[in-house]
Amino acid sequence: MRRVAMNGVFELAKRDERVVFIGSDLGAGTMAEFREEFPDRFFMEGVAEANIIGMAAGLAMDGMIPYINTIATFLTRRSYEQVAVDLCLHNLPVRLIATGGGMVYAPLGPTHLATEDMAIMRALPNMTVVAPTDAPEAGRLMEATLDVPGPVYIRLAKGGDPVVSRDEDGFEIGKAISLAEPGEVLFISIGVMVHRCLNAAQTLADQGIKAGVLNVHTLKPLDEESILAQVRGARLVVTVEEHTLMGGLGSAVADTLVRHIGPGMPQLVTLGIPDVFPEKYGSQDDLLELYGLQPHQIADAVTKTLGQNAA
Amino acid sequence: MSTAQLSVNPVPVAVSPPLDERSLHLRRSCVAAMESAGRGHLSSALSLIELVRVLYDDVMRFRPTEPRWADRDRCILSKGHGCLGLFAVLADKGFFPESEMLTYCGRDSMLGGHPEWGKVPGVEASTGALGHGLAIGIGMAHAARIQGRDSRVFVITGDGEINEGSIWEGAMAASQHGLDNLTVLVDRNKLQSYGSTSEVQDLEPLADKWRSFGFYCEDVDGHDMDDLRQALGAVPREPGKPTALICHTVKGKGIAHIEHDATWHHKSRISEDEVAALYKALEQ
Repeated sequence: MRRVAMNGVFELAKRDERVVFIGSDLGAGTMAEFREEFPDRFFMEGVAEANIIGMAAGLAMDGMIPYINTIATFLTRRSYEQVAVDLCLHNLPVRLIATGGGMVYAPLGPTHLATEDMAIMRALPNMTVVAPTDAPEAGRLMEATLDVPGPVYIRLAKGGDPVVSRDEDGFEIGKAISLAEPGEVLFISIGVMVHRCLNAAQTLADQGIKAGVLNVHTLKPLDEESILAQVRGARLVVTVEEHTLMGGLGSAVADTLVRHIGPGMPQLVTLGIPDVFPEKYGSQDDLLELYGLQPHQIADAVTKTLGQNAA
Repeated sequence: MSTAQLSVNPVPVAVSPPLDERSLHLRRSCVAAMESAGRGHLSSALSLIELVRVLYDDVMRFRPTEPRWADRDRCILSKGHGCLGLFAVLADKGFFPESEMLTYCGRDSMLGGHPEWGKVPGVEASTGALGHGLAIGIGMAHAARIQGRDSRVFVITGDGEINEGSIWEGAMAASQHGLDNLTVLVDRNKLQSYGSTSEVQDLEPLADKWRSFGFYCEDVDGHDMDDLRQALGAVPREPGKPTALICHTVKGKGIAHIEHDATWHHKSRISEDEVAALYKALEQ
């Protein structure tokens, strides 16, 4: 996914001379082609995220479109005030490409786990927050970023994730994509949890429970229209995210349902990471299992909830 | 390196010449704004008036009626709380009517307690959170290079402000890229909010710090227009290097009874008598 996204930046740079790439001490050889072809628009800076964000703001104020790439936690936690003031307050077209969103860096421990990145980015006025579900969708997203007038936070996954997005669905920032029509259950998900929801929906289908899957790749602006249309008829809505339950997709959907439907809203279950710093290592899959976010656990949560309702 | 090899004390600066009528006029404009709002970082503004004045009177290229003119030089007031000094000069230069100064901090005013980009013509960046302006200036200096413009970028920082680590991230990056179209002016008034900089967070040997970060650096008298003109007229002093000028100033400069007084860093609920005393001190 990262390779596709980085290549997307290179393609944009070929077409548009405003495009600049900034990295902070990334791996040797990163974006070598870009560097060779556009040396004056390639910056590999030191491990200094606050400076990089401010520098990108200055470039954007003078008409450039900087794409910044580094690890998600350093783009969000480390340089939060620069993102808030330099990028969001000035509403500048800077793109933050965050590597290792969620629990990708499980073996590296909690300093590298971006589990609240989308919540804190979403809280900032003018910020767009997107998490593509697979590599092809990341490619479509990069194409769509060029002309967004304000800052964009792009949460990337590990890569090699199953491809579930479809070319024929197209891609528009802020427009959710239905991958399975809702039945009595609707999954609303983002990023690499979308394919896990599709697997869970298949498990449920085998049990005679029809569940739809809505890919909300853009957390902000949230496609409330599609969400409200999709939840109509569903008895149970389940949000699934690789992210803390505080302030992410579940919170956003809950806000939408309460605000627009109120007392008659469908039952809502939010699945995600509890309010903790993960204490285990292992793999991303290990941690997802720990927090009940693998397909079989998602399906179990649905059947359990439906069973409780029936009892 | 032992301290014996470093210039531990700043270069002694001669006693500044008396402020001329123009400098006094700009200070009265700041006091008028402070009077209308009943608040403000007055003394922080008074220390940097001559720095802003020399840039707009003698150094920078700009068009007040076309504030976003691409080929202009840029001045970023990184020390945003000193904005009364910047506002006074921008109004004087015709970026906006001087009457706006009397709306300072009002609900619908474009002039708040910190300067905002997009609201105030001539303001190059929204600042106020300390330590942001240098990085933004670095981005602008890069943009000028990429776009083939000979625009120069001037960043005014406080001395307390450069406690922020982001300033030193920026300092490393600016010299790494040899940004000689970038000049930092440190408003070295030697006071921060709590007290003297030597007491709170000593900065010395400051010029050596900037030099060791790859800057051309010299000490200047921040209230002596001739000294400032000479220093700024020649930048870049060393091709391939960004410049840092340690501008030795006095917090509250020009109003004797508030000079060197940390309690005047920020004032709210200022009384009529206090305002009268400020004006009286500026009579000449």
